Amino acid sequence: MALLELNNVSRHFELRPGVVERVLRGGKTRVIKAVEAINLSVAKDEILGIAGESGCGKSTTCSMVAGLLPPSSGEVLYRDRNVGEMTSSELNDHRRRVQMIFQDPYESLNPRFRVSDIVSEGPRALRLWGEREIEEQVAAMLAGVGLPAGKYWDRYPHELSGGERQRVGIASALVMKPELVVADEPLSMLDVSIRAGILDLLKELSRQRNFACIYVSHDLSILANIADRLLIMYLGQAVEVGSVHDVIKNPKHPYTRALISAVPVPDPRVKRSPPKIVGEISRPVDPPPGCRFASRCPHADQSCSEVFIKLDTNSPLAHQAACHRLEQINSEAT
Amino acid sequence: MTDTNLLSVANLSVGYSTSQGVVNAVSDVSFDVRRNEVFGIAGESGCGKSTLIRALLRLLSNNGVSTATSITYEGEDINSFSDDKFRDAILWKRISLVPQSAMNSLNPVYRVGDQVIEAIRAHRSVSRSEARERVEFLFDVVGLQPELMRSYPHEFSGGMRQRAMIAMSLALDPGLIIMDEPTTGLDVLVQEQILRRVREIRAEVSSSIILITHDIAVIAEMSDRISIMYGGKIVESATAIDLFESPFHPYTLGLKNAFPSISVMDNELISIPGTPPALIGEESGCLFEPRCPFSDATCAQILPQSHSVGEMHQVSCHRHTDVTELREKASKKSTWHC
Repeated sequence: MALLELNNVSRHFELRPGVVERVLRGGKTRVIKAVEAINLSVAKDEILGIAGESGCGKSTTCSMVAGLLPPSSGEVLYRDRNVGEMTSSELNDHRRRVQMIFQDPYESLNPRFRVSDIVSEGPRALRLWGEREIEEQVAAMLAGVGLPAGKYWDRYPHELSGGERQRVGIASALVMKPELVVADEPLSMLDVSIRAGILDLLKELSRQRNFACIYVSHDLSILANIADRLLIMYLGQAVEVGSVHDVIKNPKHPYTRALISAVPVPDPRVKRSPPKIVGEISRPVDPPPGCRFASRCPHADQSCSEVFIKLDTNSPLAHQAACHRLEQINSEAT
Repeated sequence: MTDTNLLSVANLSVGYSTSQGVVNAVSDVSFDVRRNEVFGIAGESGCGKSTLIRALLRLLSNNGVSTATSITYEGEDINSFSDDKFRDAILWKRISLVPQSAMNSLNPVYRVGDQVIEAIRAHRSVSRSEARERVEFLFDVVGLQPELMRSYPHEFSGGMRQRAMIAMSLALDPGLIIMDEPTTGLDVLVQEQILRRVREIRAEVSSSIILITHDIAVIAEMSDRISIMYGGKIVESATAIDLFESPFHPYTLGLKNAFPSISVMDNELISIPGTPPALIGEESGCLFEPRCPFSDATCAQILPQSHSVGEMHQVSCHRHTDVTELREKASKKSTWHC
């Protein structure tokens, strides 16, 4: 059984015209289709990587998974229970089970709270344990992320380095004993020499404490290192999913191919030859119904921008790509 | 030597005075940039790479003071130039900059094309229409439609603004273009487009490029030679291939371990324990010593000098003679984390 399932989940935002626009242009309400009909599943104990460029809908997806944003349509199922239909006590429990680690460790910690206050805030708010037990759990958690309580208990965020702050962020998520952790670009603000340590810590803790993880990043090199499975998104659509090895070593979708071959490799002898993709990702404002990559895709034909093939939910573990023209592309390649 | 070296910098140091004391952001840095090469400077935040460039171009903030034994450009001593003379004779004409925050470096209330035209006319006595022709040509070089000259910066995406800044840096045919984190904050496909464009430009014009970035993969692919900075100093310099295939400095070894690669997926990443130095006050010994698993008593007390360990390969490490042992041990996680 999947721990988390998203069935046909979409999230749209209305873009209401301002007064001037209404008067001058008779402006109509436009719709930003940030996430469109996404299907995904996360199994217990797995790390699902979600990759994509800015504006691809990965953060919106995270917010819906964490219950911070209701979907416009479709359902988010957690242990087969629809999150949208949960009672308030179920929701409280859900909020403990699904935790988030945020991107910016400089902005996401309250500067007036000490480290111990930050990490114990969640358990206190949900009254998980008595005060003494909270203290014990927090101390143990801090030690678990490499910040011994004796030294860090009374520190304030400004006294910590970026890496230490992100460890505090991880501790305050994991102290809740979550079953699913949603990590949204947790390394992007950190220096290279520090990143590997945080990445290791997350991997190690997910094994020790048996939580599943959705790890969102634009950095495919990092995802290649941490994820078990990979979902590639483009402008609100899921375009490819599969085991991390399959997707990276044998990408099918033209977008995935372009994306992976565009990642620089830290080896001066490697000469990449990425396909030339022109243009830039746009905003999903009133997009055409079909594949949103079609306008930049070297293989696209008329039907691509008219009809979109969704990934098949019945075989969530298979390697699949949402592309009409896979067969033609493959035959061209050989 | 002046034949091959476009720019030579000797013993450049920069201090920022702050309420907590003087921060030695760059200390005693010497390097050369040859003609027709891409010279990469890599390092993490706070290593002094951006300060180095600002000092070189005399763009330091008011609390920054730089000193250097000599800075020569095409054999000419530009260190002795007054600020005015430097601005008139060197900046943009002979050395140009694509700044780190290129995304925000365009004036929001002027059309992009006009900004480049003005930049040209500020330095060259050409007519507006001549300047416009030049800008059309430059836009074409960086892959922007000429119609976009009439657009305002807010109508540009991040990648387009970056292209416009590169166009501006090329405007006066400088011999040296400094690019400070040119693709940081851009998406992968856009980064690829920009890097491809930089490679093409480099093949067409004969400018040298100083490329500054924290991204080891970008620098590996783009550079002919690379210097690694740590704590305001250059700790190792070599050709790109030597640096990646036979690194000497423990910091370089550590960075290589820590950097993920999409081509080698199951490689275990090893972080470097500890944090970079604060650079306040007098230092003694090697600045990497507190984080270095190979340090001995000498390292904490005596500042390592630059040793030549190969053709075009210098390293500032006391233990450079033990490199075989260091390389072997550095690849093991237990060496860094016990």
